[in-house]
Amino acid sequence: MSTAALHADEHHADHHHKESFISKYVFSMDHKMISKQFLITGIIMGTVGLIMSLLFRLQLAWPDEQFSFMETLLGKWAVDGKLDPNFYMGLVTIHGTIMVFYVLTAGLSGTFSNLLIPLQVGARDMASPFMNMLSYWFFFLSSVTLLISVFIETGPASGGWTVYPPLSALEKAMPGSGLGMTLWLSAIALFIISSLLGGINYISTVLNMRTKGMSMNRMPLTIWAFFFTAILGVLSFPVLLGAALFLIFDRSFGTSFYLSDIYLEGVGALENIGGSPVLYQHLFWFLGHPEVYIILMPALGITSEVISCNARKPIFGYTAMVISLLGISFLSFIVWGHHMFITGMNPFLGSVFMILTLIIAVPSAVKAFNYLTTLWKGNLRFTPAMLFSIGLVSFFISGGLTGIYLGNAALDIQLHDSYFVVAHFHLVMGSAAIFGMFAGIYHWFPKMYGRMLNNTLGYFHFWLTFISAYLVFFPMHFMGLAGVPRRYYQFTLVKEFDVWMDVNVLMTVGALIGGFAQLFFLYNFFYSIFRGKKATQNPWNSNSLEWSAPVERIHGNWPGEIPTVYRGPYEYSRPDRELDYFPQYEQDESAPEVLKTEKSKTSPAEKEEAESSVFFAAIKKVFGLS
Amino acid sequence: MANQAEATFEKQPMWSGGRSPFNVSYGKLMMWIFLLSDAFTFSSLLVQYGAQRFSNIETAVTTSWPDPASIFNHFPFMHGVHLPLLFVSVMTFILIVSSVTMVLAVEAGHRNSKKEVQKYMVYTIFGGIAFLSCQAWEWATFIHEGARLDSNFFGITEQGYKHLQSVSFSDHFEWADGDRTWGPVPFAALFFIVTGFHGFHVFSGVVINVVVYIMTVRGVFERRGHYEMIEKAGLYWHFVDLVWVFVFTFFYLI
Ligand code: HEM
Ligand SMILES: [Cu+2]
Repeated sequence: MSTAALHADEHHADHHHKESFISKYVFSMDHKMISKQFLITGIIMGTVGLIMSLLFRLQLAWPDEQFSFMETLLGKWAVDGKLDPNFYMGLVTIHGTIMVFYVLTAGLSGTFSNLLIPLQVGARDMASPFMNMLSYWFFFLSSVTLLISVFIETGPASGGWTVYPPLSALEKAMPGSGLGMTLWLSAIALFIISSLLGGINYISTVLNMRTKGMSMNRMPLTIWAFFFTAILGVLSFPVLLGAALFLIFDRSFGTSFYLSDIYLEGVGALENIGGSPVLYQHLFWFLGHPEVYIILMPALGITSEVISCNARKPIFGYTAMVISLLGISFLSFIVWGHHMFITGMNPFLGSVFMILTLIIAVPSAVKAFNYLTTLWKGNLRFTPAMLFSIGLVSFFISGGLTGIYLGNAALDIQLHDSYFVVAHFHLVMGSAAIFGMFAGIYHWFPKMYGRMLNNTLGYFHFWLTFISAYLVFFPMHFMGLAGVPRRYYQFTLVKEFDVWMDVNVLMTVGALIGGFAQLFFLYNFFYSIFRGKKATQNPWNSNSLEWSAPVERIHGNWPGEIPTVYRGPYEYSRPDRELDYFPQYEQDESAPEVLKTEKSKTSPAEKEEAESSVFFAAIKKVFGLS
Repeated sequence: MANQAEATFEKQPMWSGGRSPFNVSYGKLMMWIFLLSDAFTFSSLLVQYGAQRFSNIETAVTTSWPDPASIFNHFPFMHGVHLPLLFVSVMTFILIVSSVTMVLAVEAGHRNSKKEVQKYMVYTIFGGIAFLSCQAWEWATFIHEGARLDSNFFGITEQGYKHLQSVSFSDHFEWADGDRTWGPVPFAALFFIVTGFHGFHVFSGVVINVVVYIMTVRGVFERRGHYEMIEKAGLYWHFVDLVWVFVFTFFYLI
């Protein structure tokens, strides 16, 4: 239990020690290094996931073509350069798993919660740096396990990223249901541990370690978003753990939780009795729906920060933004049934889920409008980070609107498991969250590496990615409306879908452009780590606390005392200031003396009243507690 | 040190930073959050149980859900005697008592009384080990009687229920031919998984308790000036105890 001794302050005291390579770069306990580890692992996983998607997009566009490079790359999975159907399913599954969990959950939260929570709330490190380190290494093991599963004889898990039974529960159901599925489950178990260790840390740090003056209502919206995200993760991942536990028993120990007397290739009924695969779906989506917000909310938080800073305007409706995050978080726990409208659920229950689902559109719309009103008449600075944030808003709107279609049970019976769903979640989750992540990388790269990314390359990256994302995902709406199902290997085999071949080619070309665009990013990223222009202290003239820390990154973040916070994070365009912004950590020289030496003059109770966060005040008011 | 810390806390309003809003250390806060999360894990297991139990229908191949009270009727050294739920009550009692001794250990920690902390921690550890041993016996008996993960021979027939009703507490009882048949498959599997998962928690709790006990003996907390680690271990222990109340209710009482 020596971990307890690692309380941030104590271990800050010995930051003068020369650190070994291992403790500095490998088993680092410094949140800034851990955030880079998450980011780089996420980028590697993202590249793998992207290449997978290009492979199956090639298959969809030119199903009869023989790509000799594919045989070189995949060996027996692409004999004569034609992708194997089972491996196609494996690629789709692992692509989804990687993107959802490894890039957009761990890569996004892991990077930015780690980097920004201590720096923006004014803490020397996470509450428990040791657990933070463990969190990364569990994630690392998990990533390695998942990647290994791609290389085994029988291929990776192939039942889709949601791994529904019976495909996932019967070892003989398809090649990937054997060892591949076992590895998938192990990887996810490790992943859940990692995410719990991280999430518990993030919540405690935000609650407990804020610097003086950093009341809840002065926290940047990034922190609010990471905070709610962590809460969602801590409360929903355990349920997936439970589901996975039962699945493991069904697979290996002959239990019948998710299996019933199913016929297998006409061989006769299984011996299992009484299980129900629908039960798995309930447990899975109890995680699954919060999970999509675990992915989206950090991106929304990053966007709030970037848009406000680069529009040089206070964020429109700070409190509304916080309350809408809260609303989304709460609602996301009670809408999971909208993924299951066609499972034969009681229509009344379906309508309850439908209404709850549609209510989510309200806080979502609040956020979208607040972004737009923040941009309205702003003094816009189109940095790459800003462009990516605006891109997020665009995807959030175009993808969110189709959510409302899907949330209608009656419509969803037609649209479920069609390309319409694929279009919906790739826009609202895939593209929007990836854009938020890119915005974060472009914005905080100077904080992470002390250098700037190249803007020109950033613009190429943005425009190509933006155009390609719409090129790939927009046509899918029409395919889905026409009834084209998702997860089909070869549309030329189904006569009715032949008409979509040209569209499939168009989408694949879009995907190739998108993949190509990432080269700009990768080059820019790795080149700038070593050769980028040196960053200044506060390159974006931002208000938040992280920019008061010195450019050269030190263990413990601030050389002297941790700065005190005097105001909210969005004081831009202050007419009374020489500069147009007013950092949180700068004391107001012109303020009357009383305010400056506030500590002893006002009674704690009065101060409590004045300072208690808007959010809690609002809650108190609602419940009539004041 | 704790007092000193509280003194500086008081000057600052609760939520405005520079202090913990709940006056707790980050370690204790983390334990609370972990327990909240673990509560969701157990909930998912119990939801699974509820869903399978209440969706179970009597068919040609399976009976209705067996009545637990009639199955868990054994007691060590009392072979063939009908003592429904007696043994599990003893187990539950042991676990609750160990929670009480844990409270006493925490309280002794507040008084910085190393001796007493040691004493009560030993009691608590013994309680935990006793509970685990009881569970081992319970499982062994259940398996001996024919419980398996992939099948369930505890489908009790009408004749079986009549037989059970004819015996009263502490009468001699043994299953007769035709009393039992194949019952709902998940019954025993759920029992093993959920009580096993809980048992695993108890086991981890015992390990944690042993570790903090050794730390106490070595004077680690004395030097540190406070026994907060005991409190954290205590939170976990009480949680495990609380979960048992639910597991007990679901698997034995209803
Ligand atoms: C207005 C808000 C939204 C509504 C009403 C909504 C509704 C729905 C519905 C009803 C489905 C199920 C479609 C089907 O399978 O038939 C769905 C699927 C999905 N949604 Fe949304 N959604 C919303 C926003 C979001 C957001 C913000 C994200 C992610 C950040 C997201 C991610 C997903 C994903 C990943 C799926 C598909 C999962 C799968 O089947 O593989 N949605 N959405
Ligand atoms: Cu959903």
